[in-house]
Amino acid sequence: MSASFPADSVGLVTPQTATFESPLALACGKTLERFELVYETYGTLNADRSNAVLICHALSGHHHAAGYHTVDERKPGWWDAYVGPGKVIDTDRFFVVSLNNLGGCHGSTGPASINPQTGHRWGPTFPVMTVADWVHSQARLADQLGIERFAAVVGGSLGGMQALQWTIAYPERVANAAVIAATPRLSAQNIAFNEVARQAIRSDPDFHDGWYADHDAIPKLGLKLARMIGHITYLSEHSMGSRFGRDLRSDQLSFGYDVEFQVESYLRHQGDTFSTRFDANTYLLMTKALDYFDPAGQHDGDLAAALAPATCPFLVVSFTTDWRFAPARSRELVNALLRAGKAVSYVNVDSPHGHDAFLLPNDQYEAVFGSYMRRIHADITGETA
Amino acid sequence: MRADLQLIYDWVPSDAHVLDLGCGDGTLLAALARHKNVTGYGLEIDPDGIAACLGKGVNVLEQNLDDGLGNFVDDACDLVIMTQALQVLRRPDTMLDQMLRVAPECIIAFPNFAYWKHRLHLTFRGRMPVSRSLPHAWYDTPNIHLSTFQDFASLCRDKGVTIVDEAVGSADHEGHWTSRLWPNLFGETAIFRVRRGR
Repeated sequence: MSASFPADSVGLVTPQTATFESPLALACGKTLERFELVYETYGTLNADRSNAVLICHALSGHHHAAGYHTVDERKPGWWDAYVGPGKVIDTDRFFVVSLNNLGGCHGSTGPASINPQTGHRWGPTFPVMTVADWVHSQARLADQLGIERFAAVVGGSLGGMQALQWTIAYPERVANAAVIAATPRLSAQNIAFNEVARQAIRSDPDFHDGWYADHDAIPKLGLKLARMIGHITYLSEHSMGSRFGRDLRSDQLSFGYDVEFQVESYLRHQGDTFSTRFDANTYLLMTKALDYFDPAGQHDGDLAAALAPATCPFLVVSFTTDWRFAPARSRELVNALLRAGKAVSYVNVDSPHGHDAFLLPNDQYEAVFGSYMRRIHADITGETA
Repeated sequence: MRADLQLIYDWVPSDAHVLDLGCGDGTLLAALARHKNVTGYGLEIDPDGIAACLGKGVNVLEQNLDDGLGNFVDDACDLVIMTQALQVLRRPDTMLDQMLRVAPECIIAFPNFAYWKHRLHLTFRGRMPVSRSLPHAWYDTPNIHLSTFQDFASLCRDKGVTIVDEAVGSADHEGHWTSRLWPNLFGETAIFRVRRGR
């Protein structure tokens, strides 16, 4: 059966569920009495449990980072280009853990789950999560899997923020951290885009103040608009231009408001697809987690002071055409790490693909990230790289 | 290891915290880390060099030297090393100032334009010298600020920078008596160790 998958694929994977019965105190002041996390693992944990790599997902991501859930699944996991046998995160060498974060809509406890105190689904009353809350829940998962210390915690975008938070919250449990296409905090412009997305969802008549499920409704229009605006920030002007240009779907202007330009068609399609597979309350919550992330905030804006607890070497990667979390944001992080005296490497990968570049194949990105991961493995096995 | 790197390696004290500007594939920093307990960072812009550094466990930052060292605080490290990069910088003189801001001491190696073979090339062929240490044609060379052993010594004097040590090297006859006697003429690569102030 697995013979039908590419040789460098982890093949068929089955998500698992971890249940946590002890309460988790959250940054908002509320407590989750019990929760579940859905996760996948690839590769094998070695005898001394030193080869585990944690992958943290981005805004609309989930636990399915690599491989296929079924033999006829059309597309593999979201980071399949980088996770698999012989790939950058080499599943022949590492035991890879990838989970769906709390508040998600892919199986982990979230707004669509039942609130045990009310017997009714959480809906919009599900606590607003922070990156720090997620990291605490991920540490619980590590405990349950018997992983004392990760060889590396890696993530792109919002996932990179979680990797960064790990080094502050659990420095003794992270041997290396790769913070990719991320930022130490959102800019006003970033928050502004998130707010437009939230308003699009919340003003949809089908939103019902977040109780849409009780009305058998889905705020599809709002989700669609939210995804469309988000998607614009994931691509670069260049990548949109080269992919769609000013191409029309038919050969002449219609002087109307239906889809005319290819880019309109593409965005609408992206929005439509997203609106049927993603939960509106989860989207609101995830954008809030992005907005709130600011480790320097508790240190009078001094990021170096916030990073003081970190002990591991960092790899920071940005992409030249990323304007959502621009290279300058990664350099802010790098310079704070330098001021804090931490071991850090930084690469600004040349890519035309904007923020999305962290998901896409790229020779330079693969070379530097691959070198870094091979070195981590060599450190584990005691080989000289 | 390349002869100039070997000489610099010997000059770097154990346990030093260093910055290597234009660290290439990280050979020097990796050797210093392994055998002399040296820590620090390399700055490099070549993608292959950066990947090689990461493979060796060398901390490497993609940073263009012409953008300066503004992200390093005063006395960020003990020593700044710069090999074969001085001549490609837009302003080698202000870089020297910055290097001596972030560390009290620097080691700088660069091709000596007054090397006898370069002189012969210019004198007898009437063409810009092309050699092992200066392999480019005049129109595509990255070397926009070539200088001589004596030029650099003079810049140090003008800036009130103390020359602690100086040497010349080449790939094959490193330390030959001729280069010790007349470094400006017989040294292919000039290497200076300089210290802030007089």
